[in-house]
Amino acid sequence: MEKMLAAMMGGTVVSLEVFFLTLLFSLPLGLVITAGHMSKIAVVRIPVRIFMLIVRGTPLILQLIFIYFAPYYIFKLSYNRFTAAIIAFSINYACYFAEIYRGGIEAIPKGQYEASFVLGFTKAQTFFRIILPQVIKTIIPATGNEVITLVKDTALAQTIGVAELFRVAQTASSREFSTTPIFVAGVFYLIMNWAVTVGFDKLEKKLSYYR
Amino acid sequence: MEVITVKNIRKTFGASEILKDISFSVHTGEVLGIIGPSGSGKSTLLRCVTQLETVSDGTIKICGDTLVSGINADGRPNYADEATRRRIMLKIGLVFQNFNLFPHFNVMRNITEAQRLVLGTPKQQAEDTAVMLLEKIGLADKADLYPYQLSGGQQQRVSIARALALKPEVLCFDEPTSALDPELTGEILKVIRALAEEKMTMIVVTHEMAFARDLSNKIIFMDKGVIVEEGDAKEVINNPKNERTRAFLSKY
Ligand SMILES: Nc1ncnc2c1ncn2[C@@H]1O[C@H](COP(=O)(O)OP(=O)(O)O)[C@@H](O)[C@H]1O
Ligand SMILES: [Mg+2]
Repeated sequence: MEKMLAAMMGGTVVSLEVFFLTLLFSLPLGLVITAGHMSKIAVVRIPVRIFMLIVRGTPLILQLIFIYFAPYYIFKLSYNRFTAAIIAFSINYACYFAEIYRGGIEAIPKGQYEASFVLGFTKAQTFFRIILPQVIKTIIPATGNEVITLVKDTALAQTIGVAELFRVAQTASSREFSTTPIFVAGVFYLIMNWAVTVGFDKLEKKLSYYR
Repeated sequence: MEVITVKNIRKTFGASEILKDISFSVHTGEVLGIIGPSGSGKSTLLRCVTQLETVSDGTIKICGDTLVSGINADGRPNYADEATRRRIMLKIGLVFQNFNLFPHFNVMRNITEAQRLVLGTPKQQAEDTAVMLLEKIGLADKADLYPYQLSGGQQQRVSIARALALKPEVLCFDEPTSALDPELTGEILKVIRALAEEKMTMIVVTHEMAFARDLSNKIIFMDKGVIVEEGDAKEVINNPKNERTRAFLSKY
């Protein structure tokens, strides 16, 4: 039992690494993709939109396999599984975050831009001081949902052999002829998502000082 | 001195011409009232002067700087360079119909943010200016509140203070009372009247005819993108010469 829990702790650490690294890269990358999606320049906008369509329209599990194996088949180049998982997760989640950001940005009334403009703010000042803080407030609930999904999606990293929590639980389960490790893993995911939920609730409260 | 000179400006959106050959001027300390039916191009005119829109043709001069002068060989309006346009923008303020306060900033920060970011005013000085303005508009005790905690009239007064904080040479108002309940329009008109007494140069688009008459030095009546009648405020309102002006005024 103790050995099993120790192994599962190790798996949890891997899952948490996938989780945090994905957030670290996908949250800002999503903003870049939104900028591309909303760009006035067609040669930027159209490829970005097609890219988003593909990423959001195909299974993450397929993207994991593609990112990990494609370089090998094309260039005979093999690389770290964990790195491949982070790349696939970051790109996939960035596209979903981009869609959320876009909704948030489009919900800001035109008057906010116009007031900023006549007051003499630069474009950058307008975006970072006036628009973005309001966008963050409006997108918190949708982003929270996405982050909860990410916690559970980290289990997909095992497709390309990353020894994350669920893979470890399955291994332990078949070694011990017991489903207990699987249920224990379930409890672990639940705890992580409880933490995520509490975190987002706090954030929402923190930003409720205005409407 | 002419603070604003507008000559023969045109504005088209696609195929429709919204402003047709508009000319007028405003002198230091003058108040220009603009009246006219909805859709006549009053907002578009203010937006051209405040650079929210670009004109299609014509000349605009503000405080000695030329914002735009005619069209180039390619048919595009000949606008001044970025630096000049920015300099002009800071000399002219705009108060919107629906206030457009920044909801995530409290009253104080709504008034200080542009001073600090745009003019580079030190924090203490920006706040002193804000306190002075808040006293002037009768909201000295509201500095820490957020816009949603204020009435429409109070929000509009804060937005006037926000514009004044940059010490513009000219202040434009686009129907400043139209989004307010009737009982709240008085407090806004009072603030604008006080500014007129201080000889603030202003352009005021309004549907408050009595207010326009008593406040303005000069009135322009616009309809369908043209200036139909202009002249001394009392003359235009009490004694309109043009048929369309008369028909419009009879509704008030
Ligand atoms: N961005 C725009 N695109 C197309 N038409 C516009 C635009 N802005 C204003 N208009 C049109 O210009 C006309 C004048 O509008 P506006 O200046 O708002 O009038 P007013 O302020 O006098 O009510 C209206 O017919 C309006 O539909
Ligand atoms: Mg209007």
